[in-house]
Amino acid sequence: MSLKVSNLSMKFKDEFHLNDVSFEMFKGKIYTIIGRTLSGKTTLLKTIAGLTNPDSGEMSLDGVDFGAVPVWKRQVAMVYQQFINYPHLSVFENVAFPLKQRKMPRPEIDTRVRQALEQVGLQGFETRKIQALSGGQQQRVALARSLVKEANILLLDEPLVNLDYKLREQLREEFKNIFSAKASENAILIYSTTDPVEAMQLGGEIIVMDEGRILQQASAQEIYENPKTTKVAQITNDPAMNLFEGEVVDSTLVLTSSIHLDLPSHLAALPRGKYTFGIRASGITLDSAGFEFQIELAEISGSETFLHLQHAQMHVVGLLDSVQNFDIGQTVTAGLDSKSLYAFDKSENLVASPYGGTK
Amino acid sequence: MRFVYVTLKYLAVCLWSVFVIAPFLWALSTSFKDFNSVTGGATYIPWLQFEPSLEGWRVLLRSPAQGGVNIVEPYFNSIFVTCSASLISIALGTLAAYALSRFTFKAGFIKNSDITFFFISQRIMPPIVLSIPFFIMLGKLGLLDSLFGLILVYIVLLMPIAVWIMVDFFNKVPKEIDETALIDGCNPYQAFYKVVLPNSIPGLIVAGLFCMIFGWTDFFFAFILTFTEVQLLPVAIVALNSSITPWWSLSAAALVCVAPLIVVAFIVERYLSKGNLSGALK
Repeated sequence: MSLKVSNLSMKFKDEFHLNDVSFEMFKGKIYTIIGRTLSGKTTLLKTIAGLTNPDSGEMSLDGVDFGAVPVWKRQVAMVYQQFINYPHLSVFENVAFPLKQRKMPRPEIDTRVRQALEQVGLQGFETRKIQALSGGQQQRVALARSLVKEANILLLDEPLVNLDYKLREQLREEFKNIFSAKASENAILIYSTTDPVEAMQLGGEIIVMDEGRILQQASAQEIYENPKTTKVAQITNDPAMNLFEGEVVDSTLVLTSSIHLDLPSHLAALPRGKYTFGIRASGITLDSAGFEFQIELAEISGSETFLHLQHAQMHVVGLLDSVQNFDIGQTVTAGLDSKSLYAFDKSENLVASPYGGTK
Repeated sequence: MRFVYVTLKYLAVCLWSVFVIAPFLWALSTSFKDFNSVTGGATYIPWLQFEPSLEGWRVLLRSPAQGGVNIVEPYFNSIFVTCSASLISIALGTLAAYALSRFTFKAGFIKNSDITFFFISQRIMPPIVLSIPFFIMLGKLGLLDSLFGLILVYIVLLMPIAVWIMVDFFNKVPKEIDETALIDGCNPYQAFYKVVLPNSIPGLIVAGLFCMIFGWTDFFFAFILTFTEVQLLPVAIVALNSSITPWWSLSAAALVCVAPLIVVAFIVERYLSKGNLSGALK
């Protein structure tokens, strides 16, 4: 089974929500759509579900025109970022709802609902009202309802975004196992997120979107190693990849008047000239042999510290593997790992990567 | 400090209760008085301050030939007209409100908000402006002095209330809940009556209550559009008045008139306080 989308476009006023989107998805696989807010992720999912109609383009499922099938007849299920359930029904009735719509026999509904509730860890909650559940439990109910339907396509629109950090981490792990099991049932799973960590953890194939357009579609590893453009590099990294102008002069990399680095081997083949260079926060760390930077901000996140650093016109974010306190304006010395540098040309396309990828 | 706050709070509630209940107690006490008791100074406690009389209540049940004003028929007329008009207004108004909340209409410069305002504008106009057109229209249709004619007019008056309340209510119900119902296999009509409507019960109750209050208490159109065949309760109560104001029977009639609204309010209050939707959609 494959879902083929060709040249989908949708414009609202002067803004593209979808801009010539094309891809093919295959059964048994997890696809993650990553993009910033308003990049077109939700519009794309809703279009696949049949909730919005594109201005142009086609969709087919196993070669059959999918666009002409009304929503309620499509074999799709969807989980929203808001915890959308039916407040007037109990947990059991919520999960049973799509099966009752199909007029399935009562014993079969009972079995399938109980299985789905067990899968999401909500056994024993059957008679509870939705209002009596926590946010995480409500989202589990929504997920159970989407699983019970045994749809061909499961759409998950940032399902964890409204949960607190700890619960998100916990559910991410649980959901990953559920999704893998679902995918093995020959379904297509499409998961949208703004969180690069989530996208990378889910594995599978990643589609990077921005302003309604697909920027890159590849495996998680390929996206990580060889982001096609500066935008992809920024969208798929948290914090966003540091980007700054620099010049390759002979065998030296000139980033500012006082930051000169030896040209690493993976950039050696680049024609001499100006480029945009990129480096992840993990490539910049405190190093007594490095360059002087002023601290603009120090953010402690879990067991790590993100340092917002400034040197002349260069503003970068570095990473420390420990928790440390710094004063704003304090001067520190930090080193840039030149072996981790990416180079992008004037059109912001990747020309050299530490992993060997090029234009 | 807390004691002072609680005391003040209860004092305020007690004062407000007196303010609300006193007119009812006054009317109840007056309804059991006769001419002499009413004109003999302020008295409130039966048997101690005045001898109770059932005359005020008997007048309401006697036929005009016996010197009374029979309000039984107008009472049931009012119930029939108010309930019919309210139910139809809620049914049509809810559908209109759902459409205005969920779909985008555009015809030239007219948009959803203009259509909603058009509905509400029917209530902004002074009733006198509508009275002549209604009179002529019902006259042409042969519906003057008929229950059906009154129901039609009341639908025009009550539907804006239903639309106004329900548009606001539906706007607060996330569209995603309808979309989820569609994805779960409902067609748009099923999504409306299986999912959206059951979650809109508090809104329906509020709208229904307002429709019933406005319909039940209308005097103007009931007076203008009826003559001899049909009479509604407010008109029948006014008919009690003569050269001597019969405070005892007017009080009894006022209590009888307000009783259904109090009963309805007590019945629906529990549904309103349940807040079926509130907190359900995080």
